[in-house]
Amino acid sequence: MGRYQDVFESLHRAALIPFFVIGDPDRQTSLEIVKTALDAGADILELGIPFSDPVADGPTIQKADIRALKTGMTPRKALEFVAEVTAYKPVPIGLLVYYNLVYRYGIEAFFRDFKQAGGTSILIADLSIDDAEEVAPLARAVGLETVFMATPNCPEARLKKIIQYTTGFIYTVSLLGTTGQRDSLSQLVKPLIQRLKTLTDLPVCVGFGISSPAHARQVAQDGADGVIIGSRIVKIIGENAGDKDTMCRLIAEFITQTLKALQEDSRIS
Amino acid sequence: MKLKGRYGQYGGFYVPEVLIPAIEEIEAAYLRFQKDPAFVGELNSLLADYAGRPTPLYHARRFSEQTGFAVWLKREDLLHGGAHKTNNALGQGLLAKYMGKKKLIAETGAGQHGLATAMVGALFGMETKIFMGSIDVARQNVNVHKMKLLGAEVIPVSGGTGTLKDAINEALRYWTANVEDTFYLFGTAGGPHPFPMIVRQFQSVIGREARAQCLERIGRLPDVVAACVGGGSNAIGIFSGFLNDSSVRLVGIEGAGRGLETGHHCATLNKGAVGILHGAQTYVLQDADGQIHETECVSAGLDYPGVGPEHAYLKDSGRAEYVAVEDEQVLDAFEMLTRLEGIMPALESSHALAWLLSQKGLLPSRTVAVVNLSGRGDKDVGIVEEHRPMG
Repeated sequence: MGRYQDVFESLHRAALIPFFVIGDPDRQTSLEIVKTALDAGADILELGIPFSDPVADGPTIQKADIRALKTGMTPRKALEFVAEVTAYKPVPIGLLVYYNLVYRYGIEAFFRDFKQAGGTSILIADLSIDDAEEVAPLARAVGLETVFMATPNCPEARLKKIIQYTTGFIYTVSLLGTTGQRDSLSQLVKPLIQRLKTLTDLPVCVGFGISSPAHARQVAQDGADGVIIGSRIVKIIGENAGDKDTMCRLIAEFITQTLKALQEDSRIS
Repeated sequence: MKLKGRYGQYGGFYVPEVLIPAIEEIEAAYLRFQKDPAFVGELNSLLADYAGRPTPLYHARRFSEQTGFAVWLKREDLLHGGAHKTNNALGQGLLAKYMGKKKLIAETGAGQHGLATAMVGALFGMETKIFMGSIDVARQNVNVHKMKLLGAEVIPVSGGTGTLKDAINEALRYWTANVEDTFYLFGTAGGPHPFPMIVRQFQSVIGREARAQCLERIGRLPDVVAACVGGGSNAIGIFSGFLNDSSVRLVGIEGAGRGLETGHHCATLNKGAVGILHGAQTYVLQDADGQIHETECVSAGLDYPGVGPEHAYLKDSGRAEYVAVEDEQVLDAFEMLTRLEGIMPALESSHALAWLLSQKGLLPSRTVAVVNLSGRGDKDVGIVEEHRPMG
């Protein structure tokens, strides 16, 4: 499995972390898309298991979940998918999953199987730091990193608790809301990165609403160690249904452009 | 959070981090204002003068002839708005007002909670948005029109099955993006803590009144208290008055839809497995992978794959029992109460009546049963006509 530390220490720019729903639009195409993203230079992958009721996600990722569920993706198959990806290239993989899927699978068994597939970290979208004890010790016991979200409306005492339970990186939510594209970058993100940086040495990665290479560069300039891009990329899959070649070409182009923007930022600093 | 919001293993607050400050704020405000004499006084006078409490306890004699034992109706159908939902909407709406919130959002299934929230939004001069599944918008169009007349915006939700579950998903998403100025007026005794606690408290007036009325009118406690269960707010409201009376049998009735074995039902406590949905650990209708099932039921208000966590606890502890009746039985019960008593019950409440009818010959004739007639059936005449055309 890939380690976050190795990536963050070796890069002289912010890491690019694309997000995909496993099995979107179907298992085979999804695997090719993910390989394309890795070939184009993605540093880390954030992968989601499709869920029937994704309350933390906006319409773009909801639709991706529906596409993947309709073509038969399940948590068990998703973990096999992770193993195929890590066999292709040993990048670190963070999993974003809703709690009911983990609970139903069996929390310990789920973590064990994800670890065995080569996974790196686990983030449960609908489990806050208050319930971290339910999962974090079990995840660490099998050697998984535990990622939690920090949001702009978190008071400082809570941020400290989040930091205490987080290993790997802090998933920093740039805005108040669900996932989805935004025209402009949230004004809330820079102060949050700065607050986190005074409290911890953990890498700070920013997600939600990062919709262009320019947004990515801005977030990197604001101090982020990684940029997570979901809806903007997932949208390409939705808009090019049935045309795998175009899908892969546009995703590769977007990743190449974003990497270039992040490299430009590193030259400035 | 000050409290854990647990009922045994059930409940809790499984929500994305971004929502935690919002539910913490509601919990803190509730714990403060529930003891504030000004708040309590204002709520009590609204319940009396605006909503029409106390609601009567009525001995349905002609209906009782059909069951073979005495059936008394707790007439929440007579509450302003036509259902018990007004109790909770007034309580939470007033809480929002005391918190200084200017905007309300709510989910609704049958439209009764949406209607109650729209009424309260009008009363307190708050901007109100109601999220409603697109299927429910179509089948409960009378309530949709009423909500609009009251000044609320009705937002149809087409994701998923277009029913209550999807309306809750969308309301949660909207709340996530608007937590600063918006109060989510949750309609049922489910969802993340503190909602199950708050909704139970505001609905417990039903049980308190019913218990006192039984002692006064009948001279004793009832043998059976029955109520329909979707999310479970009317049931927990009436059960709460009798929980400590161990002689009183508490029965919750779920929707068996087209039959418990057909998969087309919404009988969560009968057929579900423990999981996490909409912020609570509870019984959930789901597949082997944990994907949430689509539900089906003649009554939109019960059409939900989860259930309030306290009901999950009462089921496991054995204090309450949960049964299910099929759509056809429900329609029979609707017709029977309508024809014999001149009272048209909501299809939700008709589930409880249907179970009482099924107990003919099984319960002794000296039995006294109290049923929470949680709402009136005006909204359902179109659905009944569809299933049982008058010709």
